[in-house]
Amino acid sequence: MASTPQNNGRSSNTRVVAWCLGGVIGMFGFGFAMVPLYDVFCEITGINGKTAGRYESTQATEADVNRTVTVQFTAQNGPDMPWVFKPEVRSIKVHPGEAITVNFIAENPTTRTMVGQAVPSLAPSEGTGYFHKTECFCFNQQQLEAGERVEMPLVFIVDRALPDTIHKLTLSYTLYDQKLEVPAAETAASESTTTNRNG
Amino acid sequence: MHVHVKRAGALIAGSLLSASALADWQMNMSPGVTDTSNEIFGLHMTILWICVAIGVVVFGVMFWSIFAHRKSKGHKPAHFHENTVVEILWTIIPFAILVIMAIPATATLVDMYDTSESEVDIKVTGYQWRWKYDYIEDDFGYFSNMSTSRDEIYNRMEKSENYLLDVDNPMVIPAGKKVRLLLTANDVIHSWWVPNFGVKKDAIPGFINEIWVKVDKPGTYRGQCTELCGKDHGFMPVVVEVLPEEEYNLWLADQREAAEKERQLTEKDWTLEELVERGEGVYATACAACHGQDGSGGGGGAFPSLRGTPVVTEDIQAHLDIVVNGVSGTAMQAFGAQLSEADLAAVITYERNAWGNNTGEMVTPKEVFDYKNQ
Amino acid sequence: MSAVADTHAQDHHHGPAKGMTRWLLTTNHKDIGSMYLIFSFAMFLLGGSMAMVIRAELFQPGLQIVEPEFFNQMTTMHGLIMVFGAVMPAFVGLANWMLPLMVGAPDMALPRMNNWSFWLLPAAFLMLVSTLFMQGGAPNFGWTFYAPLSTTYGPPSTTFFIFAVHIMGISSIMGAINVIATILNMRAPGMTLMKMPLFVWTWLITAFLLIAVMPVLAGVVTMMLMDINFGTSFFDAAGGGDPVLFQHVFWFFGHPEVYIMILPAFGVVSHIIPAFARKPLFGYASMVYAVGAIALLSFLVWAHHMFTVGIPIFGQLFFMYATMLIAVPTGVKVFNWVATMFRGSMTFETPMLFSVAFVILFTIGGFSGLMLAIAPADFQYHDTYFVVAHFHYVLVPGAIFGIFAAAYYWLPKWTGTMYDETLGKTHFWLSFVGMNLAFFPMHFLGLAGMPRRIPDYALQFADFNMVSSVGAFMFGATQLLFLFIVVKCVRGYGEKASAKPWEGAEGLEWTVPSPAPYHTFATPPDVK
Repeated sequence: MASTPQNNGRSSNTRVVAWCLGGVIGMFGFGFAMVPLYDVFCEITGINGKTAGRYESTQATEADVNRTVTVQFTAQNGPDMPWVFKPEVRSIKVHPGEAITVNFIAENPTTRTMVGQAVPSLAPSEGTGYFHKTECFCFNQQQLEAGERVEMPLVFIVDRALPDTIHKLTLSYTLYDQKLEVPAAETAASESTTTNRNG
Repeated sequence: MHVHVKRAGALIAGSLLSASALADWQMNMSPGVTDTSNEIFGLHMTILWICVAIGVVVFGVMFWSIFAHRKSKGHKPAHFHENTVVEILWTIIPFAILVIMAIPATATLVDMYDTSESEVDIKVTGYQWRWKYDYIEDDFGYFSNMSTSRDEIYNRMEKSENYLLDVDNPMVIPAGKKVRLLLTANDVIHSWWVPNFGVKKDAIPGFINEIWVKVDKPGTYRGQCTELCGKDHGFMPVVVEVLPEEEYNLWLADQREAAEKERQLTEKDWTLEELVERGEGVYATACAACHGQDGSGGGGGAFPSLRGTPVVTEDIQAHLDIVVNGVSGTAMQAFGAQLSEADLAAVITYERNAWGNNTGEMVTPKEVFDYKNQ
Repeated sequence: MSAVADTHAQDHHHGPAKGMTRWLLTTNHKDIGSMYLIFSFAMFLLGGSMAMVIRAELFQPGLQIVEPEFFNQMTTMHGLIMVFGAVMPAFVGLANWMLPLMVGAPDMALPRMNNWSFWLLPAAFLMLVSTLFMQGGAPNFGWTFYAPLSTTYGPPSTTFFIFAVHIMGISSIMGAINVIATILNMRAPGMTLMKMPLFVWTWLITAFLLIAVMPVLAGVVTMMLMDINFGTSFFDAAGGGDPVLFQHVFWFFGHPEVYIMILPAFGVVSHIIPAFARKPLFGYASMVYAVGAIALLSFLVWAHHMFTVGIPIFGQLFFMYATMLIAVPTGVKVFNWVATMFRGSMTFETPMLFSVAFVILFTIGGFSGLMLAIAPADFQYHDTYFVVAHFHYVLVPGAIFGIFAAAYYWLPKWTGTMYDETLGKTHFWLSFVGMNLAFFPMHFLGLAGMPRRIPDYALQFADFNMVSSVGAFMFGATQLLFLFIVVKCVRGYGEKASAKPWEGAEGLEWTVPSPAPYHTFATPPDVK
């Protein structure tokens, strides 16, 4: 091709256009592929405090009693979210390896049934790979009746492999109104399940 | 480049303006007051001088060519057009210089990512367009609004010394202690910056970011939001007051007490006048930016007028609902969580009685409390 | 090719059609090139007048002229119009005019697509500019349109903005495909890749960058569109999305984009400096490799725009090192240009003045870029006027001066008339002084702590802002002089230009008469 004169014309133009269009479509797809890729990347690197997923082998480790790590909890509401939402304790000292349960309290002070979902985030981001939630309300949407108040449990384990330089982890939840219209009948039916799940 | 700096400064200062009283022609970064900011300053100056040195060599050769090798001087062109040795050299030498730059840069970065134990933890939340500081371990928090008046901004009044950099409630931290800041935002991305601390981090809705500061020298330090966050992005300053430890402890005790008092305020018996008086102040900080100081609205109709409009003259419950829960899909935020019951009651009462909306009606903090908890 | 040949056979004896249809339906690369250049200059004036509004408001502290909402619309539209409306179309215009002349081809490879890709642009910008008159105003979230400010909190006109970006993206992609097809298929016999003029090389690489990243931009605005209108949550934390993801995708497009705006200027300057130094370009091969290296590295550095979003330390280090590396190939280019001047026989006509200023000022912009690459120092520079100074130093004397240099260099070829040298030099010196006066003080403002994108500022920033505004007005007004110079030239007032008006110029474009006839190289020239 290097010394191609201009006369070999149409077919090579078609080929160039086809290759380019292939590239365009591929890159358009790549833009969207960045969404799941980014999630994977975040999980590996802990960018943005996306905490490590469910931790299945909960019993396997035993607590490292020689080491204490402070875990701090904080909660805030997203825009236009009228619920009262806060942790029961501000912070707790834990040994890496032990499974800890803490409660968050949510209350819907409005006169209508609402659905909320809490989005977790952890700081410092270097610690995210070592913070495992075995049970969390943040995995589900929460539906609360008018005036209903629930305690929502969170069970977590701080990994024994947490780097020595980290002494304090802060787990933050932001509660968002999911703005779902809940039909009245369904509301009544699901009430018991919601409360049950949140124990 | 530094030569440019000096020359430009001298030229401009000498010829253009008789500088105003407040002029200070600051041209360089200030070293700041923390170890971090000093390290950054040192790094900044190192890189700057390396760049200046490279610039002097490269531009030196160039200007000399421009001066000596011109046709008007009868210079005949040479014909060389490549030299492998030279080309390899000027690939390798810049690379080596970059390595030299990268070493202190890496060291500084590592120092910044220090996660050693902190003594005070504050959650900093960005809102359109104010900051909120929550003292996590002490169960109180407050909003920090710009206190520069609209009159100053619109040139109806002389501008004060800390024009645009003053707030009603600064963040307060103790001197000499490591303070950990957890940044998040309620609506859009904001960024918290105090130049003298060498600390800047984005506050992102739904996520928290961590930074820390340790300031030895008590004083007041100022900064601004640095991520475009909408209309009043230029009007959400950061002010941090660093107090000696004892004073900080006193302040802390005061705050705890005030938080307790605030809770009690909702129980007190209020008169219409008291509420209107308190409400005027609340309105100025929370509402006037959009609805206008005189309640006449703004934004070309985007922010409705409150003068005689049904919302503020008719059904109280509806008025309460709008202020507490906001109006979704519009710029009207839910103030339920941002303002205390007393402030909510005050501002609603104020709106119903100001600018000729003389309804004579009032809402008590208790009613707001009940409304929020019904 | 037979399609091209057919059009040819018909047109050959006719020359250009008359009236409006000539411009509407033309497939001639010279006509389309001219339309691109005229369009981009119109956009340059429009975007520039928005910059004048910005600088007028910032002339003094306090709000005098515009409200903050409108100020934000101005900064956003200024950025969008300058990037997508002025700089990119100007380079496509230069490519249209010059690539066929430089490779010895009769026209672009895909002339009908060429027509279409141009006419999409006015449509896109009509839509974009019309948002200014819509309820809620034009986009006001900065040209980087970070979510959620641009999604959940964006004005209603955002959807039109997205659609406009889609159209201009399609236009750019079609332009890039055309450039690639022309360069790969239409070169004159004997012109091997490593004999191609540098402007052709830089454009080839730019076209590949465009094809790689414009679809990503289309993707990110499509995600915005879906978040706004179809209830998805790509960038909304409330639905499990992530606002920072937006920045990653945007800057994956955005960083190569800034090289798209500068690489063709590298090419232009690599022609002009040898021409006026009367000495061949130093290090042709290393110039080509350097451009390639810059283009490749541009895909690995995007997160240096995001050092403050909270990236883990190894991420910061990776992006810092990768960004610093870009200084190596960029340095090679600057050294090569200086070595080309060294021991030459230089004269300083207007194109050369713009090119020399390009080298100096672009290098200063490169230095501030290097400073910004240092992650810990970036915490102090980020989103301040230091950044504004940096990118205006690489884009105004980089892209814009490159375009001016190209315009003066090739005007005689386009119009057959020499421009007025005195006026040209006046244009250069006023631009040079105005530009430095406008943008150099911004370095100081940023270092002293002034955030960018604010409509009003604290009092300690007042003095340099006033200087900067004066410089900006000077630079802005000067561009009307350029319009005058070009119009004068087009009208034919001036000395007639010979086929090769520059003593030291090299290349096939100088082998055809001035002005270049409507059809050139119907039979390909032979390249030794």
